Amino acid sequence: MGHLSFDMGTYGVYIWPAYGATVLGLAGAVLWCWLGWRAAKAKLAALERGAAPRPNRESKT
Amino acid sequence: MFDWLFRYANPARFMGLSGAVLPWLAAATAVVLGVGLWLSFSVPPDYQQGMTVLILFIHVPAVTMAAAAYGTIAVCSLFSLINRHILADVAARAAAPFGALFTALGLITGSLWGRPTWGTYWVWDARLTSFLLLLFIYIGYMALWSAIEDEVKAARAAAILALVGAVDIPIIHYSVEWWNTLHQGESLLSGGFSPVFLWPLLVMMLGYGLLFVTLWLMRIRTEIVNRRARALMQRDAA
Repeated sequence: MGHLSFDMGTYGVYIWPAYGATVLGLAGAVLWCWLGWRAAKAKLAALERGAAPRPNRESKT
Repeated sequence: MFDWLFRYANPARFMGLSGAVLPWLAAATAVVLGVGLWLSFSVPPDYQQGMTVLILFIHVPAVTMAAAAYGTIAVCSLFSLINRHILADVAARAAAPFGALFTALGLITGSLWGRPTWGTYWVWDARLTSFLLLLFIYIGYMALWSAIEDEVKAARAAAILALVGAVDIPIIHYSVEWWNTLHQGESLLSGGFSPVFLWPLLVMMLGYGLLFVTLWLMRIRTEIVNRRARALMQRDAA
């Protein structure tokens, strides 16, 4: 196993976009999951406190 | 036979168990992906592909998880149709966005790998076309869930679609044997990999697998909470 290398030469134009799209996609999925969980918990807590938001299509996830 | 599974498939018990497991899973995912990336960027250039071999470490795990996520949906759909278990519906639906994401990433990274190795971003060969079809099946599956208001009917229709669409998985796998394709044949299981590239690949595949399970459990938990909220709203409205 060699040392860490970030020199992709002329292939960088293919390799970095591939890694960029992957990082963007996976980080986006993590963020979407986390925000969805927080929103769902907040909504349930509000309902349980009695401040019920009106049902809408957005809530059907 | 599946009594043990149904014991944990109780939503309340699932929430407790998954809540305890998730922080460990998330930590393991971060560590394994970090090690996998470090190993990936430490490999020497391939004698034929040069540094483009680095795309291997994100492309193969993405396409593997795309198929694995679909397998998960198909198994959950089968349980949903046979046992009418609410958690099977929730689990099947929760896996779909991540399966679609892995499929899209597999197509994007494969396309960017194809240009320097094959000389083209895309060809309509059997492997690439059947994999693109998988993305459309995922999109159709998610659209079907959203299109039907009644959750019971939506779950049944989506489960049937998922099981019909499962035909595409063996087609994707065997396409390189059944037809003459530009895409290379299967090389991971046939021992065609040098250990220098195999280990980083296996670690990245494990990392992607852990990431999928972590996100999937989070999404199932979110959907259970959303369903609880909807039930409360309906009760209040009645």
